[in-house]
Amino acid sequence: MATKNIAGHQIHVNDEGFMTDPQEWDKEIAVEIAKEEGIPELSLQHWKVIDFCRQDGVSSGKAPTLRRITTAAGVLTKDMFTLFPKGPAKKVAKISGLGKPEGCV
Amino acid sequence: MKKLLILGAGTAGTMAANRMHRLLDSDEWQITIVDQNETHYYQPGFLFIPFGMYSKSDVVKPRRDFLPSGVEFIVSPIEVIEPDHNRVKLVKDNRYLNYDFLVIATGTRTHPEQTAGLQEHDDTPSRTRDSSRELRASSMRDGVSWHKTIFDFYTIEGALALAKHLRTWQGGRMVINIVENPIKCPVAPLEFTMLADWFFHEQAMRDRVELIYATPLPGAFTKPIASKHLGDILERKGVKIEPEFMIEHVDPDAKKIVSYDEREIEYDLLVSIPLNMGDDVIARSEMGNELNYVAVDPHTFISPKYPNVFALGDAAALPTSKAGSVAHFAVDCFAENFVRYADGLQLLPTFDGHANCFIESGFGKGLLIDFNYDTEPLPGMYPLPGVGPFSLLEESEANHWGKMMFRWMYWNVLLKGQELPLPARMSMAGKWKN
Repeated sequence: MATKNIAGHQIHVNDEGFMTDPQEWDKEIAVEIAKEEGIPELSLQHWKVIDFCRQDGVSSGKAPTLRRITTAAGVLTKDMFTLFPKGPAKKVAKISGLGKPEGCV
Repeated sequence: MKKLLILGAGTAGTMAANRMHRLLDSDEWQITIVDQNETHYYQPGFLFIPFGMYSKSDVVKPRRDFLPSGVEFIVSPIEVIEPDHNRVKLVKDNRYLNYDFLVIATGTRTHPEQTAGLQEHDDTPSRTRDSSRELRASSMRDGVSWHKTIFDFYTIEGALALAKHLRTWQGGRMVINIVENPIKCPVAPLEFTMLADWFFHEQAMRDRVELIYATPLPGAFTKPIASKHLGDILERKGVKIEPEFMIEHVDPDAKKIVSYDEREIEYDLLVSIPLNMGDDVIARSEMGNELNYVAVDPHTFISPKYPNVFALGDAAALPTSKAGSVAHFAVDCFAENFVRYADGLQLLPTFDGHANCFIESGFGKGLLIDFNYDTEPLPGMYPLPGVGPFSLLEESEANHWGKMMFRWMYWNVLLKGQELPLPARMSMAGKWKN
């Protein structure tokens, strides 16, 4: 398993760049990963989604799917694509320090 | 008498009823199974209907033929499950059924009405088949395009309508679109696409047909190695993949599908795999997730909330494929475990998410994939290492014949809960990584 230095922290990531230990995550890391993913600045709306994913992901042990986020956090799917373009569930899971969502099996 | 109640007499429910009837002492146990209608569909066969390979009679039989005489079969829609009271309320006669143990096997079905423009409301009466949907959909009407230029093949009506349409279709752009994952039988859309390529070759019109595969996934399939293999095959067949296409709506007048990130794909013929959701009774009973699937332990199928409730087959919210083979391996693991549990012993974590799927690829060939929760589909031979006769992740005629023989196996062996000489848990023997 690879490690990566981000925002001054050493974190564990898998080969797709998802963090493997959600406990290593903090908000500074989120800001840096977001930049890598092409989101230069995280707005309040971004944080609303990230906070939900953190809460949901840590309690369930897995990253929420897009449908879970839109249903449970009350965010429109269209807005998710604006906030986290190109694969919003995957992108927000990565920024939130969670694994890849299990929607696709 | 202890009461085991099974909801749903589809693939998982029927296999469970047969297996439990054999394993449990009939002097001590009463087994009851409920379904909303009398007809069992061989759903893997729907795929072949549009291309004239199967007809309706190949895929339809009475449910009763596959249930043992010692099992009570009740035909009624289910109103609600009341797990706090260990009972289920039926629509028919408002009857209550009490249980000691409950198995939920209510499956999954397609919901075209959940995507704007896919099944517009109009004047034509809804062709939805089963009574629970008719109840809910009584005021719903199909649009002028539904089953005219927009089709599905996950229902018998859709598959038959598409077969009729393809007999006279003159060609153009056929777009195959998956609305959202997870779906029942995640390889079926790929198989449909490859069979379409073969079918249009056979009709001497392949040069007049453009095939586009628009999927919400980043590639042809969910798992990376299989996705690469299958993506290469699609490319060789001249199919264009439009990845990460998350459909927002259909514009049936302009004949185009539009994604959330505002990509547009025009079509002459749209074949949609609509949103899949678990049964409405799961939502009414507040027992499901956002797609009405029931949360259960991934290795034992027991509900984390109710120690006498299990979910098997497509109804369960598990990170494995929604497929008949998975239901079969699941019932294998569940049945013996249940007997232990009913005797007061602990459940063993036996199920590993094993799935085993033939993928028909056209021209008399097919592929086979074999995988579980932890191991993605890999190349190799199955079930005997080096011998096969089935090759994994590679096209072969043996795989095609395996798929064709499977219908006989399904009706005569699997549904009746007889054991196959194949282990329920996945084996690495015969597989290789690079």
